Amino acid sequence: MRIALFITCVNDLAYPQTGIAVTRILRRLGHTVEFPVAQTCCGQMHANTGYRAEAVPMVRGFADTFDGYDAVVAPSGSCTAMIRDQYPRLHPAAASVAGRTYELSELLVDVLGVTDVGAAFAQTVTYHPTCHSLRMLRLGDKPLTLLRHVRGIRLVELDDATECCGFGGTFALKNAAVSTAMLADKCARVRETGAAVLAAADNSCLAHIGGGLDRARSGVRAMHYAEILAMTGHYA
Amino acid sequence: MVGKAVTARAEVLARLRAALVDAPTPVDVPRHYRRVAESVDLVELFVDRLVDYRAVVHHGFDALPRLLAGVDRLAVPDDIPGHWLTGFAGQVRRDTPPLSPADLDGMDAVLTGCAVAVADTGTIVLDAGQAQGRRVLTLVPDRHICVVRTGQIVGLVPEAVARLDPRAPQTWISGPSATSDIELDRVEGVHGPRRLEVVLIPDDDVIAPGR
Amino acid sequence: MRHPATPAGVPSTGGGRIRAPLPFPTAARSAVADDQLRANLHRATRTIRGKRVRAVDEVPDWAALRDAGAAIKADVQRRLPELLERFEAAATAAGARVHWARDAAEACRIVVELTRAAGADEVVKVKSMATQEIELNEALAAAGIAAHETDLAELIVQLGDDTPSHILVPAIHYNRTQIRDIFRRRMADAPADLGAEPRELAEAARLHLRRRFLEAKVAVSGANFAVADTGTLVVVESEGNGRMCLTLPQTLISVVGVEKLVPSFADLEVFLQLLPRSSTGERMNPYTSMWTGVTPGDGPQDVHVVLVDNGRSAVLADPVGRSALSCIRCSACLNVCPVYGRAGGHAYGSVYPGPIGAILSPQLTGVADNASLPFASTLCGACADVCPVKIDIPEILVHLRQQAPHPVAERTAMRTLSWIMRSPRRWALALRVARRAAGPLGAWRHRRTGTRTLRRLPWPASAWTRSRDAPLPAPQTFREWWEKQ
Ligand code: SF4
Repeated sequence: MRIALFITCVNDLAYPQTGIAVTRILRRLGHTVEFPVAQTCCGQMHANTGYRAEAVPMVRGFADTFDGYDAVVAPSGSCTAMIRDQYPRLHPAAASVAGRTYELSELLVDVLGVTDVGAAFAQTVTYHPTCHSLRMLRLGDKPLTLLRHVRGIRLVELDDATECCGFGGTFALKNAAVSTAMLADKCARVRETGAAVLAAADNSCLAHIGGGLDRARSGVRAMHYAEILAMTGHYA
Repeated sequence: MVGKAVTARAEVLARLRAALVDAPTPVDVPRHYRRVAESVDLVELFVDRLVDYRAVVHHGFDALPRLLAGVDRLAVPDDIPGHWLTGFAGQVRRDTPPLSPADLDGMDAVLTGCAVAVADTGTIVLDAGQAQGRRVLTLVPDRHICVVRTGQIVGLVPEAVARLDPRAPQTWISGPSATSDIELDRVEGVHGPRRLEVVLIPDDDVIAPGR
Repeated sequence: MRHPATPAGVPSTGGGRIRAPLPFPTAARSAVADDQLRANLHRATRTIRGKRVRAVDEVPDWAALRDAGAAIKADVQRRLPELLERFEAAATAAGARVHWARDAAEACRIVVELTRAAGADEVVKVKSMATQEIELNEALAAAGIAAHETDLAELIVQLGDDTPSHILVPAIHYNRTQIRDIFRRRMADAPADLGAEPRELAEAARLHLRRRFLEAKVAVSGANFAVADTGTLVVVESEGNGRMCLTLPQTLISVVGVEKLVPSFADLEVFLQLLPRSSTGERMNPYTSMWTGVTPGDGPQDVHVVLVDNGRSAVLADPVGRSALSCIRCSACLNVCPVYGRAGGHAYGSVYPGPIGAILSPQLTGVADNASLPFASTLCGACADVCPVKIDIPEILVHLRQQAPHPVAERTAMRTLSWIMRSPRRWALALRVARRAAGPLGAWRHRRTGTRTLRRLPWPASAWTRSRDAPLPAPQTFREWWEKQ
């Protein structure tokens, strides 16, 4: 099976460790992964902010870049949702690749049939299901199932977990006051868990929540769940 | 369109027709929802639902005289079965000539039957049919005593809708008057009758009014 | 004459209280700062959310009911002109008089004329979004007619000289003590020692309105549903104020948006299940009234229906946005919306707040007149999950954002970014530049977590760093790592 990595623009620039983690997990499971260097961005920010025309070239680029792979895996619920939900409408030729694009936990659990990726991580972790992974992709508890199999991990439940953190892409800038109010509540719930690590399926939401946690010097570390799944022997 | 105005009717309809120039594809309505309740004890379910919404439930005809004992002035529809009032010593006000709202405001209670009842939702439906009278009768008095024959109870809303005639004025009643307007907390008793009492009678009651 | 100038057959936008006077972010900023408001909203929406979930979870065929509800409404939209004519014929045959209104002003004028013809200088009102939308109370007042709201929450709002902030519970922004204070101040017959218990407040409202109900000559209502086949109107309520208004006065005027139709009486079997459970979280609301024209000797003998367009034809004209007309005003989407929960209803500047308001108001007025509303959402999707008629609110929001006028600076930035990102070469270069440029930036290192963040950035990114640290470009991008392997 030819698996291609779609790392996403945000991860490429600011969170390379997430992409590295995905690479390591899949290699550990015995798969070969490829990184088509022509990839850029899925176009979600443009499409969702009202610039569909400007997003279409990126959609086309994605379709060309990832044509010919059996599966495309992205460590982002939100970008995967964009590809699967909006691509067929924006560029009908992208429908087929959209159908073969998976968020990491979907690839692992549904396609590869793996729930234990052989990870070990001795920390208290709480998990925030990001909105698009929850309500557009319907990931359910796939990421949590993977996390539950991590040796040494202590998972603690997050109150109001399914409530949006207030990121919402350009919403965070355009509606900063409401976004900040939502963020404050999410940070409070995270801190109440006493977890050392907040995990989620989207680094964009994590930049927002983590940014709030950092601003409050909470000491809670925001991590993409893929990074936890990549951890082995040495407990971080 | 010189001089004379297009009627609003023509204009609105023309706008709506113009709005549909894309000729949307016809829609098939999937009706996979339950039309008939699975075998459940309808009476038991109905009672459970009524009680949950603070209606008071009584069983059998014997309950009626006891209930009415505390009533002085009782409003009733004209065609109320005579034996429902057996032993009632108070004043009975029939709706002929029509009782005024002020008259009704002075009543202690109203006694009626119903058209159909829904177990799933604890609902009683009045349709101005036999033993029900005009809508105002069950509205102004503060206490509504409603006699329901067990055979009038259906399981689900669709079963009730199927039994009703749309042209008859209908009042669907589920528990006493209530409001959730203050902090979205439910409080019983605002403008409608603050007490709703249901008397369940067996369906084979020979002198009960048939539908 | 106002109307002859409008050419026939062009879907038109509407008027009334559907235009936000302030951009949403501005209005929301002050609302967010109001702790009392947020606490009231939080408490109320929490209560109702829990009730809704319980009421929905006990229905095994909920998904099938939603499918049916969505399809019936889609069918109505597709056949709207024909169904309206059918409704008119049936209602007329049953003794009602049907009137048509192109817009808010025309609808108000009709109600004023009918009220005058009935010889009344006051009306009792059943809670109705349509009459709030067309600003009927203001129009009646201007004509010297007093309108008395009889729904408890509407009464609170009216006595408080306020506007509704929620579809179902217009006074959701007040708590019990605030309501008691309004009653003490403005309700002449309220007891001086009135307490703040909801039971006492409801009792005060009962006494206050009782005489009005018994004496009223004219009532004004809306309708939750209008049945095309039979001409039947349906009002769903809780308190009994609706029954009072729909039963006691001689004249009844119902203001009904054209989208309220359902084809047949049997279709009510779907909506009478979907609406109460989604709305108040009850298996069934205490009272539902249905009437078809005039019933001799029973209830109002002078019955009118005013069918209102007021922008609905413009909504219908948009194949993507038209499903907003499926809304049955249950308010479930408001109650789960995290943005509504922080900003409250008034920030939306329209009688339709929350997620449904964010898609409906801009379509009723034209997007340019409510340009900030489609952006008043994180697209979290909680609304679409609960909507009993399955309106894909996030999809319509994104659709409307395409039509909204964009700020020049933003447009330039987005176009430039798109130009860079459509070329793998330019994008790779941009990544290198961004990574290098970030080098000299002073970063803050968090001792406990080891992360490096930026604490202050210049405008426009300052909107981010005012309340959160910002991530820094990594010392090595992913593609650089990949190439080095
Ligand atoms: S959009 Fe859906 S959830 Fe929101 S009020 Fe309308 S019907 Fe209810």
